[in-house]
Amino acid sequence: MYDSGKIITGLIIFVLLVTIPVWYNRGTASNVPEPELPKDVKTCVLPKAEITAKHMQLLNQWRDEVIRTGDRSTLEIEGKQYPKSLMLACMKCHTSKVKFCDKCHDYASVKPYCWDCHLAPVE
Amino acid sequence: MDKNRRNFLKVAGISTLAGLGGTAVVDRLVAGVNVAHASTEGGHGAEQGGHEAAPAAHGHAAAADPNANRYGLVIDVKKFYEDPSLGEKCVQACIKTHNIPEFDEKKDEIKWIWMTNYENAFPENPNKYRDEETESNQLPIMCNHCDNPPCVRACPTKATFRNEDGLVLMDYHRCIGCRFCMAACPYGSRSFNWRDPRPFVKELNRDFPTRMRGVVEKCTFCAELVEKGQLPACVEACGESKAMVFGNLNDPNSEIRKVLKENHTIQRNPSLGTLPSVFYIV
Amino acid sequence: MFEKALKGNKYYWMWLAFLGFFIAVACVCYLRQYFYGLGLTGMSRDVSWGLYISQFTFLVGVAAGGVMLVLPYYIHNFKAFGKITILGEFLAISALLMCLMFIMADLGQPLRGLNVLFHPTPHSMLFWDMCVLWGYLLLNIICGWVILTAERKQVAPPKWIYFFVYISIPFAFSIHTVTAMLYCGLPGRHFWLSAIIAPRFLASAFAAGPALIVVMAMILKRVANFDAGKEAIQKMVTIIIYAAIANMFFVGLEFFVGFYSNIPGHMHTLQYLFFGLEHHGHVYNNLVPFMWAFILLFFVGMALICYPKTRKESDFWLAMGCLAIFVSFWLDKGIGFVLGGFVPTPVDEIVEYYPTLNELFITIGIWATGFFILTVLYKIAISVEHEVEA
Repeated sequence: MYDSGKIITGLIIFVLLVTIPVWYNRGTASNVPEPELPKDVKTCVLPKAEITAKHMQLLNQWRDEVIRTGDRSTLEIEGKQYPKSLMLACMKCHTSKVKFCDKCHDYASVKPYCWDCHLAPVE
Repeated sequence: MDKNRRNFLKVAGISTLAGLGGTAVVDRLVAGVNVAHASTEGGHGAEQGGHEAAPAAHGHAAAADPNANRYGLVIDVKKFYEDPSLGEKCVQACIKTHNIPEFDEKKDEIKWIWMTNYENAFPENPNKYRDEETESNQLPIMCNHCDNPPCVRACPTKATFRNEDGLVLMDYHRCIGCRFCMAACPYGSRSFNWRDPRPFVKELNRDFPTRMRGVVEKCTFCAELVEKGQLPACVEACGESKAMVFGNLNDPNSEIRKVLKENHTIQRNPSLGTLPSVFYIV
Repeated sequence: MFEKALKGNKYYWMWLAFLGFFIAVACVCYLRQYFYGLGLTGMSRDVSWGLYISQFTFLVGVAAGGVMLVLPYYIHNFKAFGKITILGEFLAISALLMCLMFIMADLGQPLRGLNVLFHPTPHSMLFWDMCVLWGYLLLNIICGWVILTAERKQVAPPKWIYFFVYISIPFAFSIHTVTAMLYCGLPGRHFWLSAIIAPRFLASAFAAGPALIVVMAMILKRVANFDAGKEAIQKMVTIIIYAAIANMFFVGLEFFVGFYSNIPGHMHTLQYLFFGLEHHGHVYNNLVPFMWAFILLFFVGMALICYPKTRKESDFWLAMGCLAIFVSFWLDKGIGFVLGGFVPTPVDEIVEYYPTLNELFITIGIWATGFFILTVLYKIAISVEHEVEA
């Protein structure tokens, strides 16, 4: 093989580069996050599995309904009316962004830009 | 493969593609023609059919419905002249309600409603011998929530749109920040977030979001309050003075229609055919 | 064919490194802008489009200008252009890439750019502009590449390519027409609201685009031993002359309509651009030098490319003449037209625009990127020509 030295060095560098995520994060895997749930309210707008998987789609859908189609109908949770709103509904029960939202988002390393505009509850 | 057959297949394939594309275009054009019987006069309110007059260009189904709401505002300029503090009250109410940032540099400026001279609000109506009162006082201007908004026509993503209550709104999640709407607005009503606005909001209203950098914003007629049956913040701030009257232009019995019937009102640059929803008693 | 771009002499690499330097500076400046916001530019709520969009507007014209070679060659079978149509097509590619970069640099939320596709909006001219710009870019890439490959193999280009060549001609006209429609359909901006904008854009494009190609051909003759041929160059100069005159005629018409009708709105921007506009005792005139340079360079350029001695006997002066026309029309459309349109504002105030250094470096960097791409593409095209000749 011609230039075997260069080729092998190149291959090693390539493999190291591609595997950055594996060795850079070695040993930092943490436990599955446990977001803190509200104490007094037990039901959410959707069953737990669904809201976990689809809360982002639901927020998008609320946004379109409220702003675009003018459908500002309210939601009833345990006898109380809430508007379709991140700040005025979700965060009224989940009063801590740090203990609820951030728990999973940090774990999954997703950075939703909600809070660029929306205001998290004061903690 | 036989050469003729190959050619046939090529031609057939290409014409099918062209046909599919063509019908889509034709459908769109025909759909456009059906609604596009625009009049230049374009009256306001249900009876004159102001809604039908809106050209199909901005594709909002609600406009065809004469029973829909169309919110409007009458501003009594005389009252703002009599009480110069009134304007500042309106502006401050708006700033507080919507978390509008206040920058030190004019270049970054964002404003939804602001006080200006008559000559700036109505530049198409110059007068060398203007009366002193008009000359020395200011009046409020804001988004006109046009029935036929050029900004909505210009927006390439429908991030700004006219909702079924006649409010011209923004979807900040969708805006790409191209600022075509700012060039299109003939009233200079739109502002852009040149930088992160949050550090410049003096007093946060925790019931309303701020905006992020890179999107356009403007007066919403306080859609979030109006749709709940409340009055816009600036109208509320005028209190009992009746310097601003807000209401449904499509309801012949509304207070705003009564005020319009009893007073001579003007609109900002009406010759552009935008059909503004803000009226001024001068 | 890309391997041809990798073999060049010392000057080729020095030129690329020179451009690379500006590209690197622009990358840093863009990152600053990306993380801070467009507040790092000189734009404001009153002058909401600045250098980026004005460069974009001008470069759409440069891209469309290439059609002045494609059309005579393919429709009128004007053989002399055979050797240089590829220069027009490759110029269009790099100019369009610059356009797209300027658009991206101008977006407040560049990551949401695809919203234009996710929420297609036929009543927005920007949507159509995107369609025709991408269409013209792809057409030029396909046509340029296929025809160059065929030439390299010394076979006739495949028949199907002519379909794309022919539709690229209306596309060239449409890109600049639709770009004009971005401006001339806006109510309340008197300077832009004029039906002559689209023809004026086309006229200045058909002068500026070929002018740049002539300059390029003269440079290539010196540095790359590539002769476009006297007949081709002379024909292009004729096209430039007529197109440039048409542009000035249209500018003159704007003056007539504005000043004879005496309607203030129609005069204000012209006054601001050429004479300075007085407003509440202050004269605003920061674009006046640029506009008079535009007029002056037009006459200098025209003299050089019309006078037989400089036109036919001296490559240097011919190139200078074409460069003068190119710069002149850049001042007209790449500076005056877009920036002037915002004065006065809809509420009759005057705000002058001064680009910031950061903005200038990004602008220069995008131009450098365009010329980098152009150099590489021309290198490939000329290497193929040389290979065929050898």
